[in-house]
Amino acid sequence: MDEMADITDMGDIAAEFAAYTTGAPVVDTKAPGGPVNERWDTRRFEAKLVNPANRRKHTVIVVGTGLAGGAAGATLAEQGYHVVQFCYQDSPRRAHSIAAQGGINAAKNYRNDGDSVHRLFYDTVKGGDFRARESNVHRLAQISVEIIDQCVAQGVPFAREYGGLLDTRSFGGVQVSRTFYARGQTGQQLLLGAYQALSRQIAAGTVEMHARTEMLDLIVVDGRARGIVARDLVTGKIDTYYADAVVLASGGYGNVFYLSTNAMNSNATAIWRAHRRGAYFANPCFTQIHPTCIPRTGEHQSKLTLMSESLRNDGRIWVPKAKGDDRPANEIPEDERDYYLERIYPAFGNLVPRDIASRAAKNVCDEGRGVGPGGQGVYLDFADAIGRMGRKAVEEKYGNLFDMYARITAEDPYTVPMRIYPAVHYTMGGLWVDYDLQTTVPGLFAIGEANFSDHGANRLGASALMQGLADGYFVLPSTINDYLARNPHRSGDDDVNDEHPVVQEVLADTEDRLRLLLAVDGDRTPDSFHRELGELMWEFCGMARTEPGLRKALERIPQIREEFWRRIKVPGTGEEFNQSLEKANRIVDYLELAELMCLDALHRDESCGGHFREESQTPDGEAARRDEEFTYAAAWEFTDTGEAPVLHKEDLVFEYVHPTQRSYA
Amino acid sequence: MKLTLRVWRQQNADADGAMSTYDVDDISADMSFLEMLDTLNEELILRGDDPVAFDHDCREGICGACSLVINGDAHGPERTTTCQLHMRSFEDGDTIDIEPWRASAFPVVKDLVVDRSAFDRIIQAGGYVTAPTGAAPEAHATPVPKPDADFAFENAECIGCGACVAACPNGAAMLFTSAKVNHLNVLPQGAPERETRVLDMVAQMDEEGFGGCTLAGECATACPKGIPLVSITGMNKEWLRATRKSGRR
Amino acid sequence: MTRTMWDSSVGKKTVMAVSGLIMLAYLVVHMLGNLKIFFGSDDFNHYAHWLRTLGEPFLHYEWALWIIRVVLVAAVVAHAVSAYQLSRRDLRARPTKYVHKKPRTSYATRTMRWGGVILGLFIVWHILDLTTGTVHPDGFQSGHPYQNVIDTFSTWYGSVVYIVAMLALGLHIRHGFWSAAQTLGVGSRTRDRAFKTIANALALVLTVGFIAVPVGVMTGVVS
Repeated sequence: MDEMADITDMGDIAAEFAAYTTGAPVVDTKAPGGPVNERWDTRRFEAKLVNPANRRKHTVIVVGTGLAGGAAGATLAEQGYHVVQFCYQDSPRRAHSIAAQGGINAAKNYRNDGDSVHRLFYDTVKGGDFRARESNVHRLAQISVEIIDQCVAQGVPFAREYGGLLDTRSFGGVQVSRTFYARGQTGQQLLLGAYQALSRQIAAGTVEMHARTEMLDLIVVDGRARGIVARDLVTGKIDTYYADAVVLASGGYGNVFYLSTNAMNSNATAIWRAHRRGAYFANPCFTQIHPTCIPRTGEHQSKLTLMSESLRNDGRIWVPKAKGDDRPANEIPEDERDYYLERIYPAFGNLVPRDIASRAAKNVCDEGRGVGPGGQGVYLDFADAIGRMGRKAVEEKYGNLFDMYARITAEDPYTVPMRIYPAVHYTMGGLWVDYDLQTTVPGLFAIGEANFSDHGANRLGASALMQGLADGYFVLPSTINDYLARNPHRSGDDDVNDEHPVVQEVLADTEDRLRLLLAVDGDRTPDSFHRELGELMWEFCGMARTEPGLRKALERIPQIREEFWRRIKVPGTGEEFNQSLEKANRIVDYLELAELMCLDALHRDESCGGHFREESQTPDGEAARRDEEFTYAAAWEFTDTGEAPVLHKEDLVFEYVHPTQRSYA
Repeated sequence: MKLTLRVWRQQNADADGAMSTYDVDDISADMSFLEMLDTLNEELILRGDDPVAFDHDCREGICGACSLVINGDAHGPERTTTCQLHMRSFEDGDTIDIEPWRASAFPVVKDLVVDRSAFDRIIQAGGYVTAPTGAAPEAHATPVPKPDADFAFENAECIGCGACVAACPNGAAMLFTSAKVNHLNVLPQGAPERETRVLDMVAQMDEEGFGGCTLAGECATACPKGIPLVSITGMNKEWLRATRKSGRR
Repeated sequence: MTRTMWDSSVGKKTVMAVSGLIMLAYLVVHMLGNLKIFFGSDDFNHYAHWLRTLGEPFLHYEWALWIIRVVLVAAVVAHAVSAYQLSRRDLRARPTKYVHKKPRTSYATRTMRWGGVILGLFIVWHILDLTTGTVHPDGFQSGHPYQNVIDTFSTWYGSVVYIVAMLALGLHIRHGFWSAAQTLGVGSRTRDRAFKTIANALALVLTVGFIAVPVGVMTGVVS
């Protein structure tokens, strides 16, 4: 019950809100030196291997069954390890990777258009605004090629041309055509491929699958990750699971914002609990806001739906020139419309990168020129495209997106311009990992969106699927061997079990937390707190951040937290299927993570990628990086709830891609 | 708008259930059906009652978690998932009946939540291509004719929600099983396991206690992804072919 | 292979489809034969006798008829047993009904089970009436089928039972034929219309063809 004591005894927390201390730099000891294109080979060669006959003695826990987790679980099991896997969903086929629409990048150069591993590497480092590791990104680009082979072999039905070969398209403003896709459902098809591979292993008995089971804490014994505490969401039973290594593939933390394009139950508990147990959390303020989402319609809104940004290829974005112009879109004459992206960025127009398009939308709405309910929207108009290409061509290209829009809004986008608004979509930050994808807790690995590694401050379109699968199919299964070989499986008396004092403590922690949530019996629902926190974060730690705003948020978050523990109401018991309890427990972690995000955003006094500080912009309003001071990844060490964390910097070195300021004017 | 909801409430798998009636007010036509239930649940929590349990996750119509029978229709009156159904499909003053998927292979977990793990076991029985990571040939080594690729995709669109089973008067899982069989069996990558796949998956489907197909067509009508009834025909053909071939072996 | 067939729900459906098609083929011939009644007593009785000598001299007297009878009995039994077992499976798979009930599927689909039972009972009556003569109304005369038919349809209940059964038959064939095509995997999107049309045509032709006989008797066209 330490936690409760901390929270209620904090008193004047506001005075200390921005405090943090700086610790020793954190160094990635696993990345080999030498030419960047040889590092992955070198690392794989240097890594120790586990004798195939011994692998089944090793148990590996994998939390999550998205692209990264599903791929990792299947591959580790194929290699002979005993995998114990968890997902909160009722089936491993439902993880939110399934909702990715656009596609997956790979440097196949099938189009002979000048693409190469090096170009994908270059684009990704540059797109990440020079806040990612070159070694990691290069490896990602190398592996991208193998991912496509692997997925095709699994039967993923990628789009094909009449000759039977794979089709590609260009995506997200990239000049080469390297994005492989399966209509607007690439994520679904890739995930089902991984799920099917995983299913095969479950049938073979090499993967022990626990669906509807949520990880609630990490067990760290003698400095090594040795297991997890998880709750069976159907019976409410809290259990311990032990392993030789733990892999977190639990996704990102975009739901801190309440409204995001994440699934309703996507949550940060696994990574946040790991952070509390010693894993550093890197660059939490790097969040990606996607410009083309369907705007919210009212207070009841529970989540936001993204529409592929390919819409910007042919749609024109505008708002009325006059403030508060509430005429229907079609009645506003051409000369009273402001095609603001085309006006401000004549070269790129409507195709400027995600962060720039998002901020511009926010700016015009802040000026009072937004459209739709609450003035939180801008028009995305296809009238010109329909005039130019004909309705049929537009229908062929965007039909499914238009249908989706019409279904949600009951408006016909062929005759009335669509309304769009930015929404939180992806989090580049996550648990700090080294080249082996191991966190600062030995034996604890983080893959996919759960780690911070490859996208720097901004992720390019169609790169999330690539990274999830690269980590899951290829990187982790190679690097985890080294850890397991160096830490041979122990059995017998010294092994951990439920009687171990550390385990008892972790178990008691978890049980107390849930008991307390049920015991408060206040007068506010979990959702009401989540919404309040989300609105605060969106306002002050969203698309544009300022020092006063972040300070305000840092003052407010501990107050919400305090109120939460006084007024939360969770009905029912812990020994049953209790969705309110699940939700409330996730909010406990959001309330802490939000604070770290704001602190990270406050400390990073520069603009880069998804992090825009209004204080740091060029005269024409573009994000201005401050490379001399901030060319590092910020890895935060947890101390205690509401206490100053410790900042460990990992200096980033750019040997191949030299930092330049982005310009889209 | 104002609505009367009649909702199936069941404490757990072993308990008896019954329909309970709730009135909800101030429902906006722009709300999704699940947001309408969120509104009800917020009220129930504040009243100290147990909120209605229902499965949901992506709320974009792709994860396949949501699963309500609304006024007798799986996923309600529109051809979409429950999460993409909006309240504008209803009238002020309507009474709406909300029930869980009904099938003995999908036992109720709580209220409107059912256990669909039988679907996972059908996939485990053969709904995959044996292609261990690292063993894949170059992606362009085997071209796939576009019509085959499109056919595979159309079947691969299945989201595994279970509406087909819920809508089928026999609680059959033929449409679900056939979608996966067709997806993989038409592709050259799936060819080596073509016979065992369909035989094993159908056997598992029977084992799970799903009913048989009487070609009533309700499954295809309810399917939010538009998997066609003819998928079942395709699977029957594969099954007969596999049976002939395995008989010869 | 036989085992796989019989143990699987898909296999049992195949058994139903094949046995159903055998019966359907028989019915087409049966119906056409029945129409000979409109050409008078001699034609009809001669045709009935010919059925017994079919295949001679290769086959012995009545052997062909008995072979057909055996095949038909096997088809009926296979069809009925499969239907019974599959229905039981279906009912077990959906033990709890929805509170909110909706009329679903076509009438033909919904009536397959009861229609099947009705047809089963009809076949028993039909054989006892016109083959063995056990329940024949007015002194069954072996070897005089023309008179026997007229006797049967001269009673109101004979005609009613027959007509009701033939309507059930029409519905049964309408869904059954198309269904068999799907079960045997020969249906496809492009052929779907064709199969539905054929099913409807078969249902209509058979029903009309069979019912023509009692109607003929009742209206005095046949006497």
